[in-house]
Amino acid sequence: MEETVPHELLIEPNRPALHYWRDAWRYRELFYFLVWRDILVRYKQTVVGVSWSVLRPLLTMLAFTLVFGLLAKLPSDGTPYPLLVFAAMLPWNFFANALSEGSNSLIGNANLLTKIYFPRIIIPASTLVVSLIDFAISMAIMAGMMLWYGYLPGWRIVTLPLFLALAMLAVAGCALWCAALNVRYRDFRFLVPFLLQFGLYVSPVGFASSMVPEKWRLIYSFNPMVGVIDGFRWALLTGKTEIYWPGLLVSTALSAALLLSGLWYFRKTERVLADVI
Amino acid sequence: MNSASTCTVIDIKGLGKRYSITRGAPEDRSSLRDALSRSIANVGARLMLRPVPASAPAREEFWALDDVSIGIREGERVGIIGKNGAGKSTLLKILSRITEPTSGSVRIKGRVASLLEVGTGFHPELTGRENIFLNGAILGMNRQEIRRKFDEIVAFSEVEKFLDTPVKRYSSGMYVRLAFAVAAHLEPEILIVDEVLAVGDTQFQKKCLGKMEEVGRQGRTVLFVSHNMIALQSLCDRSIWLDQGRVVDDGDSGAVVARYLQRTSQMVLEQSWDDPASAPGNGQVRLCSARLDCGQTGHATVATPLAVEFTLENDLPGVELNYSMHLYSLDGTCVFNSASRSFIAQRSRVKGVCHIPANLLNAEVYRVKIMVVRDKSLPLFEAKDALVFEVSDVERDGAWFGKWAGVVRPDLAWEIETAAPGDRQL
Repeated sequence: MEETVPHELLIEPNRPALHYWRDAWRYRELFYFLVWRDILVRYKQTVVGVSWSVLRPLLTMLAFTLVFGLLAKLPSDGTPYPLLVFAAMLPWNFFANALSEGSNSLIGNANLLTKIYFPRIIIPASTLVVSLIDFAISMAIMAGMMLWYGYLPGWRIVTLPLFLALAMLAVAGCALWCAALNVRYRDFRFLVPFLLQFGLYVSPVGFASSMVPEKWRLIYSFNPMVGVIDGFRWALLTGKTEIYWPGLLVSTALSAALLLSGLWYFRKTERVLADVI
Repeated sequence: MNSASTCTVIDIKGLGKRYSITRGAPEDRSSLRDALSRSIANVGARLMLRPVPASAPAREEFWALDDVSIGIREGERVGIIGKNGAGKSTLLKILSRITEPTSGSVRIKGRVASLLEVGTGFHPELTGRENIFLNGAILGMNRQEIRRKFDEIVAFSEVEKFLDTPVKRYSSGMYVRLAFAVAAHLEPEILIVDEVLAVGDTQFQKKCLGKMEEVGRQGRTVLFVSHNMIALQSLCDRSIWLDQGRVVDDGDSGAVVARYLQRTSQMVLEQSWDDPASAPGNGQVRLCSARLDCGQTGHATVATPLAVEFTLENDLPGVELNYSMHLYSLDGTCVFNSASRSFIAQRSRVKGVCHIPANLLNAEVYRVKIMVVRDKSLPLFEAKDALVFEVSDVERDGAWFGKWAGVVRPDLAWEIETAAPGDRQL
């Protein structure tokens, strides 16, 4: 359809951003194909691919239940401890996967970037979508576990997509920053796995965030995943978990700021991308 | 669109691209650790009210493209030549929008497809069928377009049987054929092609060239970078020669290529291999030296007899060997092949001299390839470009000062008879 429209293209230094977003829309087909490729490649070795995304969260959940629930005997706000942990692992694993895949996405597709033009934002965006597949698998496990415990979610489950959207907002900003920094600084890729490991312990994954003393809770919410994890627990579990609204607002505002600044830095890096990668 | 053939579709004005290279850095990407320690040092110095240390490594700037202006009209097929690093790839990258220019502008009318590599984005784990779709999308085709051309692509690639095999199991030939088949079915108005024909077998190269010529005939504009001067001349009417980021020559392909080859070829008038390990050879027989002897004047002209001398060293007693020499003109045409008589070689050095008479070669640059053949049939090894030399013209009578046409310029015997005025019979 588009090819019948004769279009004229002007190439000069510092092209305006308006064209960029129009181009990004024009290249949506390539976006679908990159998502399709990554999913296809990932699940080609079905046994390894799928079982890995089932096993990993299950094992982590077991470890946390043992350490925090059985040994340290932390309170679970009235839900079975494994469910409490797994409800938090859903967004956290999504965040961790999407961030590590996203931050490596530009480097991993360097051969494309130096040979073909397309708005580069397509690459990290497609890894984000691929990570949603793993998230869906984890959701199925969660459903299985809830059945096993005979645990029924309340009406609040309808708000889950909102919190998923919040998780995507948080990870999109971080991934854009990391993907661009990864290109600029070759040792940055060692930092991301470390930050993720660290983040797993400072985020309320293994314990309920009610454990955090009241006066620190607002500060604690500066970790954007705190609001998301609390939201997931609130939406999925019927326990007495309450949403800490000021914290959620802080988390959301911070995520939005990360996304905007991430977009800015990504665009800035994109201009010199083919020259430095 | 139909008022066409004189309409400029690519208008390049004052285009420049500056790169900066950091000297002393092992890789061009800097490390975060360096960046942090540098900025901490700077902050520290500022706190101590000391001047900021000039710790940044020396950066050197160079212009890969420098004030390039070119206009290309619709339907033109333009070749771009130049040495490595002359700016050809940078120009293609800017035209393909992979990198931004530092200055100047380009105005392009029409859909552009650029082919800077064969099989960009091919994934080894995916099957041939899946890769056709993926690669098609990467090159800018949409799904319907790929589906419509799918059968044609498969037929062109000749890999029907292996469509559902992951391409990691393909031979390199199959891989290239499939990749080029997808690219060849693009229907852009402007096609930008980098040195992609350097891969693949000769047969398939011809097929690709044919397909590209077809593209040119359909009125599409083609921009083609190649080191293969024969391919370039057969495909492009016009050529542009880039050197150090500037256009040094622009015009009819034949003329530009000829001037380019003349200027850039490195002469090798004498060569010797003292180290047996690096000498051309096969372990038992190896080349020691090659030399061009032009007689007393010391340089080759169309009127001097030339002697091409080779020395070989042989470790096998009593083998029957002979020399075989190929002479090529610079564009790769073989002028002749001449073989010496066979000789029984002992463990010793053997010198062979080939005499090229005066008034045979044209004023051109020639390359010599020498082969050593065993038992008149088995080539043991060859040394390409063992010698490269230029034959210059001499002053001559007459009004024609241009280059004589032809690969050779033999001085052949002519007889002229003039009949008496009025006589109709000789």
